[in-house]
Amino acid sequence: MLSRTASNLFWLGRHMERAETAARLLEVGTRITLLPNTDEGYRNEWGSLLRASGTADQFARDYGDITEANMEQFLFFDRNNPASVMGCIEKARESARIVRTALTSRAWDALNVAYQDLRSYKPGDEDAADLTDLVARHAATVRGAIDASQLRNDGFHFMKLGYALERADSTARVLDVKYFVLLPRVEFVGSELDNYQWQVILRAMSSHRAFHWAYGGDISAARVAHFLILNGESPRALITSANEALWHLTAIASRYGGNVAANARDRTQLLADQLQGAAIDDIFEEGLHEFLTGFIGKIGEIGNLVQEDYFYGRG
Amino acid sequence: MHYNEMYDGDQVREAYANLSDWVEKMPSDLRQMKQAEAEALFRRIGITFAVYGEGGDPDRLIPFDMMPRVFTQSEWRRLERGIKQRARALNAFLRDVYGRGEIIRAGRIPAKLVYQNEAYEKAVVGFVPPRGVYSHIIGIDLVRTGRDEFFVLEDNCRTPSGVSYMLENREIMMRMFPELFRGAQIEPVEQYPELLRRTLESVAPAKCEGRPTAVILTPGHYNSAYYEHSFLANLMGVELVEGADLFVDGEFVWMRTTQGPKRVDVIYRRIDDAFLDPLTFRRDSILGVPGLMDVYRAGGVAICSAPGAGVADDKAIYTFVPDMIRFYLGEEPILKNVQTWTLWEEEDFKYVMDNLADLVVKEVHGSGGYGMLVGPHASTSEIEEFRERIKANPGNYIAQPTLSLSTSPTFVDEGIAPRHVDLRPFCLCGDRIELVPGGLTRVALREGSLVVNSSQGGGVKDTWVLSE
Repeated sequence: MLSRTASNLFWLGRHMERAETAARLLEVGTRITLLPNTDEGYRNEWGSLLRASGTADQFARDYGDITEANMEQFLFFDRNNPASVMGCIEKARESARIVRTALTSRAWDALNVAYQDLRSYKPGDEDAADLTDLVARHAATVRGAIDASQLRNDGFHFMKLGYALERADSTARVLDVKYFVLLPRVEFVGSELDNYQWQVILRAMSSHRAFHWAYGGDISAARVAHFLILNGESPRALITSANEALWHLTAIASRYGGNVAANARDRTQLLADQLQGAAIDDIFEEGLHEFLTGFIGKIGEIGNLVQEDYFYGRG
Repeated sequence: MHYNEMYDGDQVREAYANLSDWVEKMPSDLRQMKQAEAEALFRRIGITFAVYGEGGDPDRLIPFDMMPRVFTQSEWRRLERGIKQRARALNAFLRDVYGRGEIIRAGRIPAKLVYQNEAYEKAVVGFVPPRGVYSHIIGIDLVRTGRDEFFVLEDNCRTPSGVSYMLENREIMMRMFPELFRGAQIEPVEQYPELLRRTLESVAPAKCEGRPTAVILTPGHYNSAYYEHSFLANLMGVELVEGADLFVDGEFVWMRTTQGPKRVDVIYRRIDDAFLDPLTFRRDSILGVPGLMDVYRAGGVAICSAPGAGVADDKAIYTFVPDMIRFYLGEEPILKNVQTWTLWEEEDFKYVMDNLADLVVKEVHGSGGYGMLVGPHASTSEIEEFRERIKANPGNYIAQPTLSLSTSPTFVDEGIAPRHVDLRPFCLCGDRIELVPGGLTRVALREGSLVVNSSQGGGVKDTWVLSE
């Protein structure tokens, strides 16, 4: 497979996952605006979620006020926001257009229809919840078309690898931001006040129902962190994403044989092993922020190794 | 009066009988629904056409007319012979002018027109590509003026585009109106990509080992024909590469893959000569592959069409194609040229100046329907303005009579109406010369308009060749 093709498939996966993240942030953000502002600041939550996508400064500069209209514009429509739904969908479609020959017509069709449909909306046409639903539906159709119709060849694995690494990165960032917001008041960890904020985190990952099924009872920092980091049943947990990435890298490496470097795979194996052996108490002891910073760094490193192993193509 | 391809006098021709029934029975609301369906299909498949330098919607569709254009088997057989004959002569000409130049020594074509032509590539003089083929895909633009009157408007020997529309128009017609195909005995065109791949493989260089690896070289996804490049690559099962995907190492060209370098034997390039290799041609080109021409001249890779092939399709050279056919093949041309006045000749210049209002004037190197004057449709001031431009540089223009182009029935708001059409069939030249029965019919959708270019309001139709 052409290196450029592989790279575009990889980024197609990353951008599709990123678009979904943006849509979920939009839903959570608008939910927050429906609540009364308090000293602790529900609205601060919104700022912290924006920080998760690395775009808080841009929002403050270009928009300022946290209103539903502004959030919708920024997170859904704004092409200048590299993490907006349309920004990501456009890039994903651009990648797909470049690698048309590596996609089944069904996968291309799903993505192209998603793009054509989503871009037909103008600000104010639909409320945020409907837009989020729309994105979730289209994203699911694209994912489903890929899973149902693509050959399980290297291209498929590069695409799914992109999805997995992006998801690992996005979960870690949302979690980390949360921790940052709480950091000045360590005594809050585990308090009542804290719990609502953890709920917002769960909601931001469409995981609040799943959490209750898995754990029952109260939301606590340790449980949420466990759910999103170490629970292999949780679809957005770091360990789940790392295992998926490992699975796809292993499939690529075994397909290509020993003559092609597999440093990305080896590095991911190491990461998955570390998560497998970790306990949530140890992570809290080490410091959640330190742990997550380390994790995000490792995901970045794996991304670079994927590039070196497969995307340069000069042997 | 323009020749209407659907009629013989007042009678509907037999070839159109089925279609005529079909149109009459189709209620107008169904027609509108089908038209919307066709557009949705095109958009979903992703066929769009961006017009160079016009900005606007990059995902604009070329309008598709659901009324097919029909050729009978005997009409087609004659066209086919004429097209293949022309393709052979054009390749013989190219081989000659990059070799001994016999046709020039014989005084049949002025040396200046060839050797000082912008498209003449000195870098490949004396090099003969595999099988002596220079132009592997030739698009020959034809117009019709009467029942048996066909004219060649121009030859496209470099990288003619539009074949994806030929294939997709058929695909969409078959999907939407399968009933039309059950009874009508229409020759298929879907074998084109396979034939193209075989053609490319048949011109692999001698150094190639095993089954040749062919690729399509595209300028990238911002190019207006990118859809076509990726469409063909997909149907042919070959890689679609950009310049940066290829590199030269030793005697060969390689592509970068996830498993390291892979050798490339045949490049079907969809970029112009000037951009192929910054070491030989334009130094600022980032679309090409540094060192490619050295490998090419050493027989390490085939380039289709060969660099320099463009000298055969220049509008100035066009006037000599009938002479080429006589000179190289010893045959009489089956397809006629349109009478052409070349403005760099005193006598022609004078005639054209005196008759501007009746003529079509084109730039020698222009394309896409830009920079031309259609005398009978132009205002006096437009004509006078063009006159000044011609005077400033007569060598840049040719003139032709305004032909009474045939019309083909076309769906319009009020029902069916005649609209002017042309035809571009695609001839493949490798170890054999092949032509699929069909081509791209372009239609001028505006009433009375003669300009069929998609950049200027033209549309496309499916083109049928009936089997006996």
